[in-house]
Amino acid sequence: MSDINPVISCKNVWKLFGGNAEKYLASIQEGQSFEQIRQAGYIAAVRNVSLDIARGEMLVIMGLSGSGKSTLVRCLSRLIDITGGEVNVDGQNIMDLSEKELIDLRRKKMGMVFQSFGLLPHRTVLENVAFPLEMRGQDRHDRRERAMEVIKLVGLEGREEYFPRELSGGQQQRVGIARSLAIEPDIWFLDEPFSALDPLIRREMQDEFLRLQEMLGKTIVFITHDFDEALRLADRIAIMKDGAVEQCDTPDKIVLSPATEYVAKFTEDIEKSRVIHAGVLTKPINGYKLEGSSIASDSTILQLSRQLISDERDVLPVANKDGVLIGGMNRQEALNILLGDS
Amino acid sequence: MAIAESQLAGKAGPLTRTQIAQILFILAVFTAIIKPMLPNIFVRIPVDLILPYDIWLQTVFDFIKDDLGLLTLTRGISSVLEWLLDITANLLYGKRRWPNIGPVPWIAVAAVAAVIGYWLKGWKMALLAGGTFVWVALIGQWKLAMQTMSVIAVAAPMAFFIGLLLGICAWKYKRFERIIMPVLSILQTLPFFTYLLPAVIFFKVGPTAGCIATIVYAIPPMVLMTSLGLKKVSAEVIEAGHMSGSTRWQMLRYVYLPAARTEILVGVNQVIMLCLAMVVLTAFIGMPGLGAKLLSLMNSLKLGRSFEIGITIVLIAVMLDRLSKAWVVKQPEHFERGTSWFARHKILILGIIVFVASIILAQFVQVADHITRKQDLSMGKDIDNVIRTVLANDIVTGVTDWLRWFLITWILIPFRDALLWLPTGSVILGIAAFGYFVGGRKSAFIVVLFFGAIAMTGWWDRSMITLYAVISSVILATLIGIPLGIAAARNPKWSEPILLICDTAQTFPSFIYLIPAIMLFSVNDVAVVFAILIFATVPLMRYTIEGIRAVPSELLEAADMAGATRNQKLINVQLPLALPTMAVGFNQAIMFAFFMVIIAAFIGTQDLGQELQKTLAGNNLGKNFVLGMCVALMALTFDHIIMRWSNERRKALGVG
Repeated sequence: MSDINPVISCKNVWKLFGGNAEKYLASIQEGQSFEQIRQAGYIAAVRNVSLDIARGEMLVIMGLSGSGKSTLVRCLSRLIDITGGEVNVDGQNIMDLSEKELIDLRRKKMGMVFQSFGLLPHRTVLENVAFPLEMRGQDRHDRRERAMEVIKLVGLEGREEYFPRELSGGQQQRVGIARSLAIEPDIWFLDEPFSALDPLIRREMQDEFLRLQEMLGKTIVFITHDFDEALRLADRIAIMKDGAVEQCDTPDKIVLSPATEYVAKFTEDIEKSRVIHAGVLTKPINGYKLEGSSIASDSTILQLSRQLISDERDVLPVANKDGVLIGGMNRQEALNILLGDS
Repeated sequence: MAIAESQLAGKAGPLTRTQIAQILFILAVFTAIIKPMLPNIFVRIPVDLILPYDIWLQTVFDFIKDDLGLLTLTRGISSVLEWLLDITANLLYGKRRWPNIGPVPWIAVAAVAAVIGYWLKGWKMALLAGGTFVWVALIGQWKLAMQTMSVIAVAAPMAFFIGLLLGICAWKYKRFERIIMPVLSILQTLPFFTYLLPAVIFFKVGPTAGCIATIVYAIPPMVLMTSLGLKKVSAEVIEAGHMSGSTRWQMLRYVYLPAARTEILVGVNQVIMLCLAMVVLTAFIGMPGLGAKLLSLMNSLKLGRSFEIGITIVLIAVMLDRLSKAWVVKQPEHFERGTSWFARHKILILGIIVFVASIILAQFVQVADHITRKQDLSMGKDIDNVIRTVLANDIVTGVTDWLRWFLITWILIPFRDALLWLPTGSVILGIAAFGYFVGGRKSAFIVVLFFGAIAMTGWWDRSMITLYAVISSVILATLIGIPLGIAAARNPKWSEPILLICDTAQTFPSFIYLIPAIMLFSVNDVAVVFAILIFATVPLMRYTIEGIRAVPSELLEAADMAGATRNQKLINVQLPLALPTMAVGFNQAIMFAFFMVIIAAFIGTQDLGQELQKTLAGNNLGKNFVLGMCVALMALTFDHIIMRWSNERRKALGVG
């Protein structure tokens, strides 16, 4: 996350649907609302979005259906050509790429997982997973071996000769994940990968996904309409509405200080103590002397609840991962969050 | 939706769509009443105003044929086709041509067919496939059937590839699609005689011309199904293909075509069935085979043997249909890792073994190789006698004679005379009223254009006779088919088997339907109407059942809870919702009727079909084409009006 050059960087990206959209876009001023654009006969799927995604970061794009999140991710992978702005991947403007270069980029750097899996129905699990390798012309033996590796990784060993229709939803999505990982991509796009699954399976797949991410450390753009899922997985969350990003921040900040009313509405029903970490509430000590044992900055308020109630100190010392003291947390403030009256 | 549109129309002018339609209709009736006072030009287009389309077209054809050298090209194509046809002919029935290794013994063909049937759908299919060939051989029609099959074996793959290519182009290039779609709908409504004559002129008489006509006839559904299937590939599968870094060719080869497999195979099924239907009809241009034999037997009223050939054709049709449909639904099976090559390909190996075994058997046992005339089990004469005694029975003759008398004197002749009496202008006004009512100005314009064109050809009276046969038989078919369909749909125990029967009956080549008609009513107008009637009842029944069964069950439950009786439910819920689907069946019935009425020409009708059949004797391509277009334009008019209505109704109901 410390990389200065972002892996993906988009500047003022627009995507309008409608005839002659580029010409129209050039004619309008900034700040046109979704409604105004619609009255002109265009649908603004993505509206002036600027985002930077750092190496190894997991950015979750959150929004209700029709908010433009799926379109945005397709702009980042150029499955859709954008109407205005710029999308840079590793410093290269992807709108400048020729068809051949684009294919090359996808063959080497990008993987994508789809909501309804997007599996090829006439191919076995193994052939589906090996598909991207086959497309780039890897020889049969090599791609088989690599495909088996990823199939093992997602826990589908023994099912490699099955056809997609013979698998459950969760298993099918494991195939989708395996396929997107086969070429060892740097950038991993996941378009509502777990939305089509049952709640229990969804939870299991999220755990699985976190395990994979810990192991592989990819740069991830993850789309979801489920706020809980976003909070659970994200380094940063971008909340979209009517094609524009309302707020893009860490889960703690979004919960603690929502930027707009729309974002606030989302956070209303969220158990804040489960999201907010001690580190976020920590303030510099400024010479004030702290006593006793310290708490870990990456534990949530909920995890600390017992201690918050029983501890009698006004300010609790907070230490980071390496055990170094970074500041103090006001116990009353934390208690307010825990009790929901902040 | 319909209301909203008529209101829109109402805003545009002082009158609503319905009102304009009513005025047009009243005008039509009024002009008909005052016929004696009308100017001649309104009653019939005078001879000197008729445009000589046929001569113009003939000039164009001659120019293309001789001056542009198309004939050289087509003769070139036909020599390639002839070469292919000779190969299949040699293999299947031992025509003395290269590679000179045939004929394959019948028992080997039957055995391989059984293995294919088993592979596709288990024992029952094996029995059907093998059994059909055993029947064909035992009844002594092997050579005839193989003559027919040898043409299908060439025509079906050709139609498949050409249709697939055109389908891909239509899907890829919007402009090409816009050009080819109207051409396809004309091709689908052109009477088959119009396929035959150009084929004869450009591609010689006999199997080659028959094959070409068959290919052209079978292409349209393949094009439609291919482009439909490609359009239906899910967006995510396409995106997955792109994200895997596929090039355009890889997308088509590995993503689009395999994902459209089902639709493409449905297209294959239709190609095969249309090939069979057409190849039987190529008897009219002297193609030897089952069709030719059936034609000559029916001409000489040998009913017993006609009946046997009919069964053969029906069996072949059912077998080809079931096999290709089984292929549509057959999904690949997976084998566990490490399964040996032999285990994976056991059916293939079985097929090779039975093939070789039967060939060896045929070397030693003559009956297994071919069945001679004396050995066959044909009972043509006996069946002939049975049919004749049954038909000579007083009750049967009483009923058929009465029916014939009643239909001819009270329905057919008056109706035909009325249509012929009506002024051309009134008919066109009446049609325009329908068009306006259903689709507004644009539809009215289209139908007036179509019927106007027919009037200008000078074949108006013949066209009206064709129209009379079509309308009267479709009305009769509606009176029979729809009540039967409703009755069947209300009883789930009946609807399944009846749907199955309808499905099967629809696979029969149309020629078959003439056999019972001629048996019962001998050769006259009633036989024609009866043949069309049974042919057209099938789609009517089928779509009625399907339409009623497709009504969502919540709606029926809601009606039940509202305390509706069975009849109230039928009239207020099921029928209104089923009507758009039933209209599709009605449309298909009319299309079938137009097809059948032309075939019936050979039993002596006086309509366009008769004229068309006459053109086959000469090489008057212009006239042939003009007559064909008259039929196609009438059919397209009905097609346009009915489908337009059905689609609007569907939209209004918010279904499909």
